[in-house]
Amino acid sequence: MSVPATDPAPVIRRRRERPADRWFRWGTLAPAVVVLVVLTAWPILNLLWMSLNTIEFSRAGASFTFTPVENFRRLAGDQLFRISLWVTLLFVIASVTIEMVLGFLLALVVSGVGRGKGLIRTLMILPILVPPVAIGSMWKLMYNYDFGILNQAAALVGLGPIGWLSNTSLALWSVVIVDVWHWTPLVFLILFAGVEGLPREVIEAARVDGATTGQIVRRIIIPLMAPAIAVAFVFRSILAFKVFDQIFLLTSGGPGTATEVVSLRLYHVFFKENDLGYGALLSVVVILCVVAFLASAGGLARRVGK
Amino acid sequence: MIPLKGRELAFGYAFLAAGVVAIMLPFLYILATSFKYEIAIMQGRFVFEPTLYNYGNVLFGRRSNFVGNIQNSLIVAAVSTVLVLVIGTLAAYSLARLKWAAWISAAFLGWTVVFNTVPILTVVGPWYLMFQQIGLYNTLTALVLTHVAINLPMTVWLMMTFIRDVPPELEEAARVDGAGRAQAFRRVVLPLVVPGLIAAGVLAFVFSWNEFTVALNLTSRTTATVPVGIAQFAEQFEVQNGNMAAASVLSTIPALLLMIFGQRFVVQGLTMGAVK
Repeated sequence: MSVPATDPAPVIRRRRERPADRWFRWGTLAPAVVVLVVLTAWPILNLLWMSLNTIEFSRAGASFTFTPVENFRRLAGDQLFRISLWVTLLFVIASVTIEMVLGFLLALVVSGVGRGKGLIRTLMILPILVPPVAIGSMWKLMYNYDFGILNQAAALVGLGPIGWLSNTSLALWSVVIVDVWHWTPLVFLILFAGVEGLPREVIEAARVDGATTGQIVRRIIIPLMAPAIAVAFVFRSILAFKVFDQIFLLTSGGPGTATEVVSLRLYHVFFKENDLGYGALLSVVVILCVVAFLASAGGLARRVGK
Repeated sequence: MIPLKGRELAFGYAFLAAGVVAIMLPFLYILATSFKYEIAIMQGRFVFEPTLYNYGNVLFGRRSNFVGNIQNSLIVAAVSTVLVLVIGTLAAYSLARLKWAAWISAAFLGWTVVFNTVPILTVVGPWYLMFQQIGLYNTLTALVLTHVAINLPMTVWLMMTFIRDVPPELEEAARVDGAGRAQAFRRVVLPLVVPGLIAAGVLAFVFSWNEFTVALNLTSRTTATVPVGIAQFAEQFEVQNGNMAAASVLSTIPALLLMIFGQRFVVQGLTMGAVK
């Protein structure tokens, strides 16, 4: 069967959509739009109204009392929330920086050693896929003050037991270590794909011209990998900002407020103090921060892209 | 890539060895702990008589509901994965190939980015209210719906990159032969993106299985999932280390299976967005 070359049908079809195709076009996008509107946009809109109220629960259900002034006054004087923003910032900066450096080094080394790539990659997938709660359990055992393996090791070198999770100035670092263990593999996977895609000839040519490894990394590899590095950085910053599960299990935000990141603060206000109205106001503030961050990250991405 | 030589190569091997040990140690430690009696755990013994006591306790103990938790997790993860694959793939195809006004796809994708960046606890409060009002609080249905919403952005992005890789000429050829859009999608595009469906499905399943924040706040004893069950062992006024360890080890089984059988798809799914 042959189609005549002069068949005008495709041209017409391109100009006017057939009814069946229009149905298909709307039908394919509609379910996702419904999910997003009902389960994400509507709840976030709801937050705006909730944030102006005090919400109390009784047998009859939730009752709203309009108290915008009180809510904003509480926000203005809320030390705990401010501390949680600060703790989150420290957590994100510390963990993402360490993960980027380690992940990048690991990608270079694995690619440079040239052996055991498959094994390393297989191992590296595991922490990413394991439930974060299980990771919290692992480290809760390792960090245990009385019998944890880390304090046993410390005793071997003559150090007294260390309060990994109970020492105020150490606890944040302890949860950062867990995060580094959990997420360096993802940075590695992203950057390793980038390293493997580098043009071999360029690096070999530089080597022949007498460039040192440090020079090659600084002058060739980092500039060529800037997009992958930027993606890994943004990915990780977002995920680190959202951290909850492991810290919930390890310290629940303690001791004091030492590890109380934003998500834990929200959890405490929403579900421990049962204050859905004020929790909603804090959520609105967090969402505004996120949007501001995305806007600036988008600007950064555009600059790197060019 | 720079081939390492001499001292650099030695350093490279040392670095790799340290990395492998660091990754493995917590796994081995919790695995060993899960086979110890509580007394051996407390004493920090390295030599111990292995026992299945903790596993028996977690799976069949009177005070444990872990088998129920596993059932709940399997149901929620399976149903939400199927739903999110169907909804997400259709949307991805629609946005990648059909003629939408630029602002519609920009609004859709922009919103998924925002939602994916926001800490999930900001929406758990409204979800809690909403599900209470419509009588879905403390049901697996509510959990399925929230997991679909949480995994939808990732599924759409992943499937869009896979669908864009299908040459448009194939579809056009089918359409010249008289196929409608729907038919071209089903007969031509869908079979070609099966690897993408596997990658997205595997990740959606694992993320749903692992999800803790929503499950913690929208479920109670009968509807709790595996991560919530583990947290209960860790949370009770007296931490049950052995039970916690055994439950955690059991919870990693899906991840282990995927690491062994689905590695290619997982790596592809996790790095796709970054490389393109």
